[in-house]
Amino acid sequence: MKKLILATICVFCSAFIYAQEHNNTQKDTTKLEEITLIGRRKLSNYRQEKTLSSIDDYLEKSNKITMIKRGNYAWEPSMNNMNSERLNITIDGMQIFGACTDKMDPITSYVDVSNLQKVSVGSGQSGSENGHTIGGGIDLQLPNAKFYQSGLKTSVDLGYETNGNYKTGGLDLDYSGDRVYLNADGIFRKSDNYDAGDRQEVLYSQFQKYNISLQTGYKLNVKHTFDAAIIYDKATDVGYPALTMDVSLAEALITSVTHNYTSDSTFIESLESKIYFNTITHVMDDSKRPNVPIRMDMPGWSDTYGFYSKATMTINKHSFSVNFNGFYNRSLAEMTMYPNDPNQSAMFMYTWPDIRTLYSGIYAKDVYAFNDHASLSAAVRVGFHQNEIAKKTGLESLQIFYSSIEDTKNRVLSSFTTDYTFKKQHYDVSFSVGYGERAPSVNEGYGFFLFNSFDNYDYIGNPTLKNEKALEANFKANYHKRNFHIGVETSYFYIMDYIIGTIDESLSPMTIGANGVRMYSALSNARIFDVYINSSYKLSRSFSFNGTLGYNYGTGSNDENLPLIKPFSYSAEVNYYTSKFNAALQLEGNGNQSNYGSFYGEDETPGYAILNLNLGNELTIQNNKVVLKYGVENILDASYSTYADWNNIPRQGRNLYMNMSFVIR
Amino acid sequence: MKLKYIIPTLCIALFTLSCSSEDDTDPIINEVEDLSKIQEIDNNTHTIELFNETGKFETGYNTISLRIKDNATDRYVENASINWMPLMQMPTTAHSSPKSDISKALGMKTVYEGFIVYQMTNLDGSGWSLSIDYTIDGNTYNASSDIVVMQSEFQNVTSFTGADEKRYVLALMAPDEPKIAINKLKVGLFAMETMMSFQVVEDYRMTSDPRMPGMGNHSSPNNTDLIYNSAEQLYEGNLSLTMTGYWVLNLQLLHAAGELLKGEPVTEDHPKSSLYLELEF
Repeated sequence: MKKLILATICVFCSAFIYAQEHNNTQKDTTKLEEITLIGRRKLSNYRQEKTLSSIDDYLEKSNKITMIKRGNYAWEPSMNNMNSERLNITIDGMQIFGACTDKMDPITSYVDVSNLQKVSVGSGQSGSENGHTIGGGIDLQLPNAKFYQSGLKTSVDLGYETNGNYKTGGLDLDYSGDRVYLNADGIFRKSDNYDAGDRQEVLYSQFQKYNISLQTGYKLNVKHTFDAAIIYDKATDVGYPALTMDVSLAEALITSVTHNYTSDSTFIESLESKIYFNTITHVMDDSKRPNVPIRMDMPGWSDTYGFYSKATMTINKHSFSVNFNGFYNRSLAEMTMYPNDPNQSAMFMYTWPDIRTLYSGIYAKDVYAFNDHASLSAAVRVGFHQNEIAKKTGLESLQIFYSSIEDTKNRVLSSFTTDYTFKKQHYDVSFSVGYGERAPSVNEGYGFFLFNSFDNYDYIGNPTLKNEKALEANFKANYHKRNFHIGVETSYFYIMDYIIGTIDESLSPMTIGANGVRMYSALSNARIFDVYINSSYKLSRSFSFNGTLGYNYGTGSNDENLPLIKPFSYSAEVNYYTSKFNAALQLEGNGNQSNYGSFYGEDETPGYAILNLNLGNELTIQNNKVVLKYGVENILDASYSTYADWNNIPRQGRNLYMNMSFVIR
Repeated sequence: MKLKYIIPTLCIALFTLSCSSEDDTDPIINEVEDLSKIQEIDNNTHTIELFNETGKFETGYNTISLRIKDNATDRYVENASINWMPLMQMPTTAHSSPKSDISKALGMKTVYEGFIVYQMTNLDGSGWSLSIDYTIDGNTYNASSDIVVMQSEFQNVTSFTGADEKRYVLALMAPDEPKIAINKLKVGLFAMETMMSFQVVEDYRMTSDPRMPGMGNHSSPNNTDLIYNSAEQLYEGNLSLTMTGYWVLNLQLLHAAGELLKGEPVTEDHPKSSLYLELEF
């Protein structure tokens, strides 16, 4: 299999090398690829509220992203009210899949801010560059090798937060030479149980993790560079207060080798090819819980091999980009339960019966600029997707429920989007429509008695599910005049064969105390709508005010509200900013969640509002820089939980934090 | 090379050569290679060798392979007709057990096979004896001996009195090696006509409800009723096992007319039927 993928890469690369001989020097500098992205902020540039905030904290600042929390660690991103299965989350274009059957390890938990340069977030089909998606794509991008000859740069980060006695330390070494680039960084995080409002300790909310990464680059000549990156991330002793189990080990090794080609004078302006491998081990553990109905071990493993090759080229007013990619994933998880009667032998099952996923596909995008104001883009992705149940036991166990299934299932997936953008001095407007498909996830297709503590049901995968398909429409408009800005952004998704669990009364749950069993099946359709209004006003050069309002709605063809749909939300911020000092007072809140998905086990979450104060200083001592960030979160020590908190676990109460960064040149 | 090495080497070589040449001309057929010997029962003329996969008798359903060696020629008899009678000696009485006829194993020359269902045993394995009557070339012989039957760890056989006041013996015959899948469940049902005679019961029906007591009495889907298979003379149905571990197969036995003879449905208050079998894997 690996050989096949390698061979494919070689063929593809050589095809492009030949193609480069067609010289076409005509170029257009208009690049509009960022238009469809809703956020593409640079990380680690000390403009965040906390220089040492986690990826999770960082993502949550984006309008369309909400983090679903099962504890204080490893939050699951949700975009356009859709989570993991409906999103395509990649690390620098690399596919990577969590190894936990209960979604306790979203892949965002296996990287740290110190690893990344920026995060590309594409809503809906604009996020389909790296893979098929319904809700959108998030690409956590690693820094590119830089050959600045700037020598060695060292930075040290230290952080402390009072709530949970949360300590963070990081060290970053960066060497940039003429031909060689080297970056090494490490970060360590450790937190005890945090306190919710009114000093209520949230048990099992501790965590500890470290992350090391090493990146090297070698510049062969002006056109060719090679990069290699290794990230090792290990979390131990992670508590999940919302769940019945904790995690004793979540370990990831992420490796890649990349070749970059750039040229101004050839038809292919840039070609980036990568091969990668990553492996994840995840071990759930209940040994710290005093009362459980039954002791169990639930380890899981996920290995992924893959490649991509991306090229960009420009012809007249067209900017083309092409991405050919493929991966092979192996997901295996098992469960062993130890009966309370010691005479009975342990009970065992494969919860993910060694599922192999093979995908290969191609993405192509064209942006056509009519003039300086208007442009039209179109993108298409087509791919082949295959699932195989590699363990005979796994096939036979699923055949208990689906007697006629075979061990492999092939699918063809396609997606398409087009976008029109019009920009003038005081306003810009963009409109896009799209169609996307996705294959069911391993959980949805092949999970075996996976307990979901959200609705208290066991879930069984369905290998016969159809592809989920979505039609979407997005509209965005901004208006700015002098110091005033207002923008509106809205999306509507009409999702066909929407995959969700439905109760099967005839089945008996495996988990002791569960309400029953849900089999994954599909609603004929579901509709999700969101709208956000952003506004800002600059009172003076230093003072500004901004605010956001958001409204989301989601319902299925059974006339039931979908679960985990964000209620009415708002935020307001007053900012004071100079080059040496900044301060911000934030108000953030949600309305009452009245359209909750009771059918899916969700309960009503009352509204809340919290106040945060963030302050920052920047000092330069000789050539070295010191960045200081400090503040108070949840100043009023409100006791609250949001719709995205699994089983309504309460959020942090008042928290004083301080982050310090020293940059030594 | 020293002579003391050469001579033994030569001897060994000669010995093995001679052995193999004897095999070539006069082979002793070994048709029990995959089986373990349980016991030998002999008389003056013959030795009867009993085999199965584990090399021991246990309560429940036992498939048994046997062959008869002529003590005079050391060759195995190929044309015997055989009957057997297991006997359990109790303090005041004695009884037999359900058993099959004995027939030549399929495709074999010297091996005969059948089954015996030992419905109980003493703690030390004592109490049972096996008497074998056989006829070779018109001459009848008998061999008998005490045998050791150990208690199985799990209840794979049960004897009970039905609502019709008859005594029955129920034994688990398959799956031999249960797996996480839909297994073929085979159960033998015998009526106790007298202390010494057990007959296969035909055309009844059993419902089956497998449960895991260790998992809050978790059940499994797509199990089917056990229906009589007249070719194999046993009851057959589908048994879904969703995980490894300890399972209780709760059964209800229905008369051909549908009347309930034994067993109850499993409910919250009644977690186990009075008619059940156990298995663990």
